[in-house]
Amino acid sequence: MSWDIALILGIDGIANGAVYLLAGLGLVLIFSVTRVVFVPFGDVAAFAALSLAAFEAGKLPPTVGLVAMLALLAVAAEVWTLLHRGEAARIPRAVLGWGLLPLLPCALAWGLTSIVGAGGQKLPQGLSIVTAILLVLPITPLVARVALQPLADASVLVLLIASLAVHFLLSGLGLLFFGPEGFRTSPLASGALELPGGLNISGQVILMVAAALVLSGLFFLAFERTVAGKALRATAVNRVGARLVGIRPARTALLAYGCASLLAGLIGVLVAPVNTMYYDSGFLIGLKAFVAAIIGGLTSYPLTAVGALAVGVVESFGSFFSGALKDVIVFSLLIPVLMLRSAFASHSEEETEEIDA
Amino acid sequence: MNAFNRRGLISAAAATALGIAALTPAQAQSQELKVGLSVSLSGPNSSLGVPYAKGMQAALAYRPEIGGRKVRLIVLDDGSDPTASGRNARKLVDEEKVDILMGSSGVPATIAISQVGRESRTPMIGLSPISLKPEESDWTVTVAQPPTLMIDAVVERMKRDGIKTVAFIGFTDAWGDLVYGALTKAAEPLGIKVLTNERYARADASVAGQVLKIVAARPDAVMTGGAGTPGALPYLALAERGFKGKVYGQHGLINPDFVRVAGASANGSILPTGPVIVAEQLPDGSPTKKVSLDFRAAFEKTNGTPSTDAFSAYSFDGYLVFADAAARVLAAKGGEPGTPAFRQALRDAIMASKEVVGTHGVYSFKPGSLYGVDQRARVLVQVDNGKWKLAP
Repeated sequence: MSWDIALILGIDGIANGAVYLLAGLGLVLIFSVTRVVFVPFGDVAAFAALSLAAFEAGKLPPTVGLVAMLALLAVAAEVWTLLHRGEAARIPRAVLGWGLLPLLPCALAWGLTSIVGAGGQKLPQGLSIVTAILLVLPITPLVARVALQPLADASVLVLLIASLAVHFLLSGLGLLFFGPEGFRTSPLASGALELPGGLNISGQVILMVAAALVLSGLFFLAFERTVAGKALRATAVNRVGARLVGIRPARTALLAYGCASLLAGLIGVLVAPVNTMYYDSGFLIGLKAFVAAIIGGLTSYPLTAVGALAVGVVESFGSFFSGALKDVIVFSLLIPVLMLRSAFASHSEEETEEIDA
Repeated sequence: MNAFNRRGLISAAAATALGIAALTPAQAQSQELKVGLSVSLSGPNSSLGVPYAKGMQAALAYRPEIGGRKVRLIVLDDGSDPTASGRNARKLVDEEKVDILMGSSGVPATIAISQVGRESRTPMIGLSPISLKPEESDWTVTVAQPPTLMIDAVVERMKRDGIKTVAFIGFTDAWGDLVYGALTKAAEPLGIKVLTNERYARADASVAGQVLKIVAARPDAVMTGGAGTPGALPYLALAERGFKGKVYGQHGLINPDFVRVAGASANGSILPTGPVIVAEQLPDGSPTKKVSLDFRAAFEKTNGTPSTDAFSAYSFDGYLVFADAAARVLAAKGGEPGTPAFRQALRDAIMASKEVVGTHGVYSFKPGSLYGVDQRARVLVQVDNGKWKLAP
């Protein structure tokens, strides 16, 4: 292997790592606030990519149907709970929040395709991207409301199994709504950066890495400087304690899911031009981000970032040495990491009786 | 919209099956010929199974009667599950007493049906390229081309193009193995060296590493062993790395979705396929041209859309082989449809098929071999801005 091959592989790996970084941040965010390993994270990213592809084809993304269906389920769940609690007066607000709010991006998408794209002209790319991200934004909170919030206080294992079930549900719905074929969108950034030595770095790669850096910076600032970010951190540190000082776990969980959905949407539009996205290709992205998150112990953002880049680089070199064993190599990373972690981690007691409300 | 069409088709197929099950006064239909088809109308394989079913409908509309007898088609959905296709075949044999079994859109499913056919002594026409042990294939033939026939054509073309070294990149699964095996076997006698054996999984997002290795090996050309949309990945990666050599493919890539995803990166690539794909461009003397154009017309008339794939044409050919054999049996008074004697005679007639002209090729079957096509069943096409052009 010569230097330039190593360099190309390294750059390719960092570009992949940037995607895993964003996904890893989302996973850690959700896990630390709600204790849910959110398996369907990648599915949401894939839906964003497929929505963008639909906009490029001048069609209304099938995501609209998906969101509408989930909103219906969420409203039903919310109304049922409120009736159960005898708080019927709050029903209109719930319908507004869970039913109508998620449909706003759908209306926007409809407007975009039927008014702007009426004459068969191409939709403006920026607008399509923003709408695609907005479209998937409600998916994670809605799914969480329907499937995960009713058992928010269950054990981590139960939550993991529920989130796995949600993944299978979402990928099944993905097949139903998007069909079995893969799509690729036109690149967001054309052109390439010429390095001395005849090496090219494509604009798309630079965009991906830059987006990852900027977004993780923004998240850092939000966590350190804003009240909402501090509430998220407080819930992550101690749910009971956070409740005692007046932070509502359900509200912060909703915020965490929303942020994660936003990240997933961004990942979707970033990878759509470089990878052929299928209804189920999100799962592998999520799984590799999970490896990164495990390296970060599912709590540390900086370690997750390091882990994500490591996963990306190992994957790219692995595919060079043996294409068939690429994924085996990546997932084998987990073994030494887990051994090291269990050797050095201070064993805290299992969080069994943390919450009883 | 696609999903809706498909759902419509499934419910139509289910309704047909139900309707037939509801009225089974055996006497009234005893003279009819019954064709049992099991394909994947739902599930991941449905993008192949739906055209198979549509092609069979077109064939039925093209020749609704054989030797003065009406033909009844029974279509069952296997939901992309080979086990279900075996069950379907049993249902077709036991309950419907079909005279012939046909299927399926996947290789494992086709093998499952052929086993039922053999057990129940019902002839079976396979619609995908299967391989069976000779002793298990006495009731089965297939209208698909054997993969070696197709890949030999590509390797001969490489020789003509002056290629000395070729790199291979394909799927990690049986299809990749099959293409690689056929490539190495054909390339060696022609003095072409196969430099690499790179593999990737159907679900992989990137083949950048594998392609770097290929580019570093400096081959004259690259052969790809993928299929469908994921088969486009090496084309995109090679274009991104600025690979200037020729890229060859195989018939697994003859699919509109492959061209859509690969875009400009597939331009100039050479692939083998059955002649029906480029029917309009075939020279007038070509044996399959007339049937192919008839098929196009029948397909458009029956289904309302033009046919763009190779799969529906396999169904059409399967039906033509059956029709030819059944006509001979009926003319020779070889028994009444629906009886074991008729099925035996039909099987013997299929195995004795001579020069039956179809859309993909000219079929001559003989006992002991599954495949019945020759050189006339393949042409090389070139991708030209998203269209297939007969390669000069």
